[in-house]
Amino acid sequence: MTNTNLEKYEVKETEGVFREDSFKVVGAKKESQDTIARPHVGILKESWLRLTKNKGAVVSLVIISLLVLLALLGPYMNEYTYEQTDYDKAFQEPNGEHWFGTDKFGRDQWTRIWEGTRISLYIALLASVLDLAIGVIYGSISALVGGKVDNIMQRIIEVLVGIPNLILIILLIMLMKPGIFTITVAMVITGWVNMARLVRSQVFKLKSQEFILASRALGASNGRLIKEHFIPNTLGLIIVNMMFTIPSAIFTEAFLSFIGLGLQEPLASLGVLINDGFEGMRNNFYLLLYPTLVIVGLMICFNLLADGLRDALDPKMRK
Amino acid sequence: MKKFLAVRIVNILVTLFVIATVTFFLMKLLPGSPFDEEKLAGLSDEDRMEFYARYGLDQPVAVQYAKYMGNLVKGDLGISYYYKGQQVESLISSRIGPSALLGAQAALLGVSIGLILGMIAAFRHNTMWDFFTMFIAVIGVAIPNFVFAALLQYYVGLKWGILPVAFWESYDSSILPTIALSMMVIALIARFMRNEMLEVLQQDYILTAKSKGLSQMNVIIRHTLRNSMIPIITILGPITVSLLTGSLVIENIFGVPGIGSLFVDSIKVNDYTTIMGLTLFYSAFYILTILVVDLLYGIVDPRIRLTGSKG
Repeated sequence: MTNTNLEKYEVKETEGVFREDSFKVVGAKKESQDTIARPHVGILKESWLRLTKNKGAVVSLVIISLLVLLALLGPYMNEYTYEQTDYDKAFQEPNGEHWFGTDKFGRDQWTRIWEGTRISLYIALLASVLDLAIGVIYGSISALVGGKVDNIMQRIIEVLVGIPNLILIILLIMLMKPGIFTITVAMVITGWVNMARLVRSQVFKLKSQEFILASRALGASNGRLIKEHFIPNTLGLIIVNMMFTIPSAIFTEAFLSFIGLGLQEPLASLGVLINDGFEGMRNNFYLLLYPTLVIVGLMICFNLLADGLRDALDPKMRK
Repeated sequence: MKKFLAVRIVNILVTLFVIATVTFFLMKLLPGSPFDEEKLAGLSDEDRMEFYARYGLDQPVAVQYAKYMGNLVKGDLGISYYYKGQQVESLISSRIGPSALLGAQAALLGVSIGLILGMIAAFRHNTMWDFFTMFIAVIGVAIPNFVFAALLQYYVGLKWGILPVAFWESYDSSILPTIALSMMVIALIARFMRNEMLEVLQQDYILTAKSKGLSQMNVIIRHTLRNSMIPIITILGPITVSLLTGSLVIENIFGVPGIGSLFVDSIKVNDYTTIMGLTLFYSAFYILTILVVDLLYGIVDPRIRLTGSKG
């Protein structure tokens, strides 16, 4: 192969002064051209490296970890439980015994806030994982099968998109008694649509790209295409969207509690605590302040982290 | 274009039909009743039947459904279970004023501040200005609007006593709720505007405009602003949603007699007809907004043709 090619371009002696031996290859060594100088970096590691360069995202990650840790351990750091009432000690300002004070029933706010954070986080996490599962399956079936199936699946989504999410969630909660599970289910029923649409459009875009065609031409099976191309190329999008779902689920739960459709006493979530705090705000501002700080901290950090992840997982941002 | 519009309108009608049907049967499935059960039990059978008949509740569900849908076409949303003898549509129209005022003010305030912040951030890219603006944008998205409203009420209203905290008495009462409602809009617009402008500023036609010798002002107004504002239309949908849902809590917090507080109150007293009516109203409003957005987008940006090449 190389010989025949070279023969074609061989310089005829009669045509000019340059001969084949007039030139000498300097410096370029064939072996060194193919050696890999730097260690191979996988997509996850590379994204991680890029993420750690984003100060906001790193700080957010630290704060989130801290809040999660407190949500898990906080309730056990003193002797009170979240439902233990003590009417003699109602409305105590934060002090050495009750670090965040007590509420109208004399319940310890510190315990209640971290218990509430745990429940809020649990609802948000569960909702976003379920969103992800349903959305990814629905979206990828819609895009991969295409044709009539896709058409019908898209019509269903169009109807769902027409209803403002929160209104539908409110109706569903009215139907099912508010509880940790029902709130999650109501959020998932409306929430998966967004993920499904994103995944569908991404898979559609990928389907028509040359590298997929090339892979198919080389004989790759459908399973291999999905495993090697579709999943890695949609993973970033899915992760980022999930990270944005978590804060919006935290918000939705708090919103529901605020209009009186939240968890029932004595259970606490951040929304329930904020609602109680709002009612007692005039005389006992600390009841509103602490749960507010926690929810705002969570929301800001999850948003910043999601922003950072979006940049980190986007190969176009590679420098 | 005509075909596109026809398809869309059919779609909208189907969507509204589905929503009406689903909400109707959801309401039928709901536990509890809007009426005082004890009082009803005390009535004689005849009186009770008469009472149910007044609300059309004596008939089988299928008949009720057919009646409801038939009336719906005529714009009749039924009688409220809670506000005695009032038609739901007149309830809505009597309370829509404050909500519309708040929504319009919040949209106006939010869009103008958002645009300005976004522009500043883009022109002062990677400076403290940019950082500051984006910080506001993140906060605006991250702080739940009712938390923000509660804090506004506490500090501005109660502690400093500058503005009224509740009751819908004078124009001043609309200031705090407007600010609370506009925060999300500011954040959404500022962030979007910044990203769009940064993209536009890198385009060749901006370079051309500059090298033609146009003044900085001219480049900004005639080329950068115009082109970066087009995509803003696309986030009008999410903005409408944030205003609609925001109004539910914010009207409640500030005691505004609008449809947002009407909705929340109806939930608390199980006023099913009002809940259904408002759900339909919100959905219709939202769907129409999306339609207008799509149409506007096609008009404003000539690169986009809604259905194929013939516009």
